[in-house]
Amino acid sequence: MSALRRIPWPLLVFLAAFAVPALGSRYYTFLANDVVIWALFATSLNLLVGYSGLVSFGHAAYFGIGAYTTGLLMKKLGVSFLLALPAGGLMAALFALVFGFFCVRLTRIYFAMLTLAFAQVVWAICFKWNDVTGGEQGMPEIPYPGFDWLDRVAAVVPFVGGYRTSDYYYFTSLIAVGICLGLIRRIVGSPFGRMLTTIRENAERAEFIGVNVRRYELAAFVLAGAFAGLAGALFGIFNRGVFPDFAYWTKSSEVLIMTLLGGMGTFWGPALGALVLLWLNQQIVTYTEYWPLILGTILVLLLFVFPGGLAGALLAFWERWRGRPERA
Amino acid sequence: MLELRELRKSFDGFLATAGVSLAVAQGSISAIIGPNGAGKTTLFNLITGHLTPDSGRVVFKGRDVTGIAPHDLCRLGMGRSFQRTNIFPRLTVYQNVQAAFLSHRGRGWNLFTPVEELYRAETEALLAAVGLADRAVEVSGFLSHGAQKQLELGIALALEPEILLLDEPTAGMSASETREAIALIARLARERQLTLLFTEHDMEVVFSIAQRITVLHQGRVIAEGAPDDVRRDAEVRRVYLGERH
Repeated sequence: MSALRRIPWPLLVFLAAFAVPALGSRYYTFLANDVVIWALFATSLNLLVGYSGLVSFGHAAYFGIGAYTTGLLMKKLGVSFLLALPAGGLMAALFALVFGFFCVRLTRIYFAMLTLAFAQVVWAICFKWNDVTGGEQGMPEIPYPGFDWLDRVAAVVPFVGGYRTSDYYYFTSLIAVGICLGLIRRIVGSPFGRMLTTIRENAERAEFIGVNVRRYELAAFVLAGAFAGLAGALFGIFNRGVFPDFAYWTKSSEVLIMTLLGGMGTFWGPALGALVLLWLNQQIVTYTEYWPLILGTILVLLLFVFPGGLAGALLAFWERWRGRPERA
Repeated sequence: MLELRELRKSFDGFLATAGVSLAVAQGSISAIIGPNGAGKTTLFNLITGHLTPDSGRVVFKGRDVTGIAPHDLCRLGMGRSFQRTNIFPRLTVYQNVQAAFLSHRGRGWNLFTPVEELYRAETEALLAAVGLADRAVEVSGFLSHGAQKQLELGIALALEPEILLLDEPTAGMSASETREAIALIARLARERQLTLLFTEHDMEVVFSIAQRITVLHQGRVIAEGAPDDVRRDAEVRRVYLGERH
C-alpha cells in the first residue's frame, strides 16, 4: 500500500489533464477548463476556511477584481497576457490587504459579514462604474492571449500544433493553475501554514506561543485574495467577458459550497469539490431545471453523513480498506 | 523578575482585582491561592496581557509591560499555561510542541520550507522531558486530561520562558495524577532554573513546593509570606483554610 501512497497522484492528474482536448470533445475541454479555474478559486478560499478557520462570505470580490483588472489591461490597453495575469492577482491582493485589515479585527460571524459587505461594495462599483467596467453590460470580448508563436514551436516540436485557440487557452490555464496549486501546497506545508492551523485550532493559545494572530490572518487573507484574483483573471478570458456577477455574493456562496462539498480538511478537497459540482451541474441541467434543489439535497446529506466532505469520505474509506487485514 | 503595582480591574462595577501588589524574585517558586472567585485567574490575565488593568503597573524584568499584547510578552520570556486545558486539539502531540518552537524561534514567516522536520530534535527532547516521548504522533485532542496538561507544559517550555505562569496546573486531576504532575513541574523548574508563579486550589500541592505564598480574597492580598507564616495567619485561617478544616 505504501507504494500506492508514493505515487505522485497530483502530478499524474495534472499530466493526464493535458490529454483532454485530444481525447474528448470540445465540450469536455470547455468543462475541464471551467473545473481547473474553479479548482484554483476554491483552493484559495480553503487557505482561509480550512487552514486558518476564517469563513469568508465575500471571496468573489477578489475573483472579480482579478477578472476586471486583467480584462481591462488586455482589452483596453492591449497589455500582454503574461503581464496582465499577474497584475490581476496583484490588484486582488492589494484590495485584500485593505479590506482584510478591517476584517481580521473581527471574529467569526462578524468577520464573515464584513467580508460579505466589502464584496457587495466591489460588486456595486463594477455594476455602476459604466466608464471603466462597462456597468451592468459588463465587458465582453476579452481577447485570448496570442498563440501565434506556438506555430513556430509546432514546426520543431511534435504534438504541439493542430489545436484550437480555446484548447491552447485550456493548456495555458492548466499550467497557470498547476503552478498556483503547487505554490499553495508549499505554503500550507510550511511553518507559516502550521502557524495558520494553530490559529484555526486555538487562537488564544496561538497568541501565547508568540503568534501575532491578526497579522497572520491578514497575510492569509492577502494570499487567498491573490490566488482568487488569478483565478478570476483566467476565468474572464475563458468566459470571453467579465461581468459584475463575478463579484456577486452568489459566486461567493458557490465557491464556499465547493469547498465544503469537496472537504475543507484536505488540500485537494476543494479542487475535487469544483470538479464534482461543475460536472453534476452540467449533467443535471439536461434533466431538470431544479438544480438548486438537487444541490441543496446533496449538501444536506453531505453535511450530516460526511462532514469532512467528499475528500474526507474518500480518505475514511481508504483508511478502512487499508486497515483491513489482508487475506491470502 | 516580576512586579505588580496596585493592579486594579473591574467588570461592570464588580471589582475583581482591587489593588494587588506583588513581587516575584528570580528563580523562586511562588503560589497565589484563594477561594473560588478570589480573582486569581483575572490577576493572571492582567499579567499576561489578556486583560488590560484599569490602573496599576506590571513590571517584567525591569520593564513596564502593562497592557502589551500576549504575543509580545511571550517573546520577552513569559510563558503560561491555562486553567482550562489549552492545546491545539486537531494537531498531533509533536506538532503542538513544534509549533511553539517555530513561533518562538521566529520561523513562522517562512512560507516555503517543508515544516515537518524543523526542530525535530528539540521537539522530541522536550516531549521526553514532559513524559510524552512515545505519544508524539497521537492527535492531541484524544489524550487524557493529565497528558494534555503535560503537553501544555511542553508547549510553554518550548518558548524557553524565564518565568512560567501556571493557572491551576492540577485542575481536574486525580490525587495520583496531581502528585505526578507536581513532581514533574518541580523537577522541570529546578532543571531549567525557571521562575514559577502558579495558582492552585489544592493546599497540599501549594505547601509542598511553593517558597512564597500570596493569599487573595475578594480581589485583595490578605497575606503574603513563607508557607508556614501563611498557614499560621489568623485572617487566612478565617477566610480560606477555615472553610476546609
